[in-house]
Amino acid sequence: MLKITNLHASAGDKQILKGISLEINAGEVHAIMGPNGSGKSTLAQIIAGHPGYEVTSGTIEYEGQDLLELDAEERAQQGVFLAFQYPVEIPGVTNAYFLRAAYNEIRKAHGLEEADPIEFLDIMEEKLKLVEMDISMMQRSVNAGFSGGEKKRNEILQMAVLAPKLAVLDETDSGLDIDALRIVAEGVNKLKRPDNATIVVTHYQRLLNYIVPDHVHVLAGGRIIKSGGKELAHELEAKGYDWLLEPATAGV
Amino acid sequence: MTTPTYADQFRTLGEVAESAADAPSWLPALREAAFERFKTLGFPTTRDEDWHFTSVSPIVEKTFKSINAPASTVTLSDLEPYIVDAEWHRLVFVNGRLEPALSQFTEIPADVQLSPLSEMLREEPEWMEKHLGKLADFDKAAFTAMNTAFMQEGIVLRVPKGEVVDVPIHVMHVTDANAAGAAIHPRMLVVAEEQAQVVLVESFVGLESVSYLVNGVAEVVVGNGARVDHYKVQRESVDAFHVGTVQVTQGRDSIYHSFSYAAGAALSRTNIYTKLADKGSEARLNGLYVLDGTQHADHQTFVEHLAESCASRELYCGVLDGQSHGVFNGKVYVDPIAQKTDGKQTNKALLLSPQARVDTKPQLEIFADDVKCTHGATIGRLDEMALFYLKSRGIGGENARALLTYAFAAEALETIEIDALRLSLERQVFERFTHSQLI
Repeated sequence: MLKITNLHASAGDKQILKGISLEINAGEVHAIMGPNGSGKSTLAQIIAGHPGYEVTSGTIEYEGQDLLELDAEERAQQGVFLAFQYPVEIPGVTNAYFLRAAYNEIRKAHGLEEADPIEFLDIMEEKLKLVEMDISMMQRSVNAGFSGGEKKRNEILQMAVLAPKLAVLDETDSGLDIDALRIVAEGVNKLKRPDNATIVVTHYQRLLNYIVPDHVHVLAGGRIIKSGGKELAHELEAKGYDWLLEPATAGV
Repeated sequence: MTTPTYADQFRTLGEVAESAADAPSWLPALREAAFERFKTLGFPTTRDEDWHFTSVSPIVEKTFKSINAPASTVTLSDLEPYIVDAEWHRLVFVNGRLEPALSQFTEIPADVQLSPLSEMLREEPEWMEKHLGKLADFDKAAFTAMNTAFMQEGIVLRVPKGEVVDVPIHVMHVTDANAAGAAIHPRMLVVAEEQAQVVLVESFVGLESVSYLVNGVAEVVVGNGARVDHYKVQRESVDAFHVGTVQVTQGRDSIYHSFSYAAGAALSRTNIYTKLADKGSEARLNGLYVLDGTQHADHQTFVEHLAESCASRELYCGVLDGQSHGVFNGKVYVDPIAQKTDGKQTNKALLLSPQARVDTKPQLEIFADDVKCTHGATIGRLDEMALFYLKSRGIGGENARALLTYAFAAEALETIEIDALRLSLERQVFERFTHSQLI
């Protein structure tokens, strides 16, 4: 589904990604872990098409096409989704309007008919249950005045409505208490299908107790320094990142 | 250059007024004093500090004439898009003249007085003498002097002690093609006595693209414990000129809540001045201006904190496209006596085109030491991160920009507490930016 080859990227003069290669197949969950500043959020944002980064070399192939050729909105229409670490507040635009607009843009891109507000309400009711959100949330402005937990649940709600093929969760666990973490993780698990894939970007192993990854990659200094199975996450939890970092930094 | 012609008009007006036997005796002297002051002051220029960013030379060049238009042909269906809520009390003026057939006097408490200015001058001359022209000082304000000299019609609203008017009162000032070249000087006097409450919506609507001048003055007395919500919706013709001054005085623990929406007129200037004259009173002054083409809109607010423990809150937002020009000047004065003042002023402008321009000037003069006064001004373009957020949800560039522009404006609209009005303006602004309907 996704094939990243020798990806280098920078923000301004600063080189952040220094040769990342990664392959993700349908049905898989990959965790990308690493210390702060390792480049893991940058990788997530580049996959989604953030305009603030420049890919200096390497390729990203998604479903057989060159992902880097597509604008952010085209990527979303093709099934790429990024759950933001810091979801943006949009005062004055209701969650209901925003979600329906997004849902319809994606349907339009696939030549499908747009859903009217009544039809969309039916879709919403079911999805809201998934993240244990009340219908009243739909009439509130997007993320405006939401608590940290509400914002993250709202991201997963959007993911549920837009049904992406490739979902990238960027630090979705940050700032969540244990109940919110469980709700968010269960939501993600319920959305898992054999034909979609998930990338979980996280600093801590905690979230991976709930969303169990098939593969774990450790990112440091803009490179993947170690890959393994889910047991690698446990090892990191016990030992921290330092034991991996030394050889990596020594090589710089 | 222009005052002689206005002088001619003033003489004619005087002859007509003197011949009217039922006009109160004190009125000619008030008009005379105002006109003398107008002659002395002349129209403001950009050398005046208060008019630094707004040149009224297009108004000066035109010499608008007092209007004597034929009977109105405006119908209720012409007004339909502007009525907001058919249940409201509605007073409609067309080209400055009250149109009873378009108005609607729904049941209003019997002791509440809601009457045309001309009628009140005839029937309550003593009460009018006590109130008219007492707040709207024309000593330094040429347009207020001009209004006072030339005013013909308007609204007088008196809400007696403890009376709460549940249904909003909508005053509509409408112009049609007959307004071409005309000057209209609507006058309003509102007295909300102790513990009284009333919601007032003033709409200015230009039905045809003709050039005219509306120069309105409103005086608002908010008594002790009273509350006045005052909404102004300015949708003049884009060839028209609009100057409006609101002068308020507030009693103890009173609330004055104002919202100014400006989307029309080639050039508009809105002055909203309030005096927090007694303890615990609160002013909320909010607004939104939405401009395009070569439009110019200027808002000046002035909050005078003259007593202890008063609060003022201001939020003004502007969205500017084309080569439009917006001005916001927010003055706050805190008297030495006004300890525990709590003031906050925010103004934000969003520039959609490189030729659009905004001048913003917060002006705080604080002479008390135990006060909390903040102000913030931002001028900018759409937030890249917010755009990316929308794009990452499949909402493409143009749509994302439109939605965020609406969201920017909506922050100001959210301060409107009358649901029907808020919804009506939200729909209007939404359609303007997204070219689709808000459902």
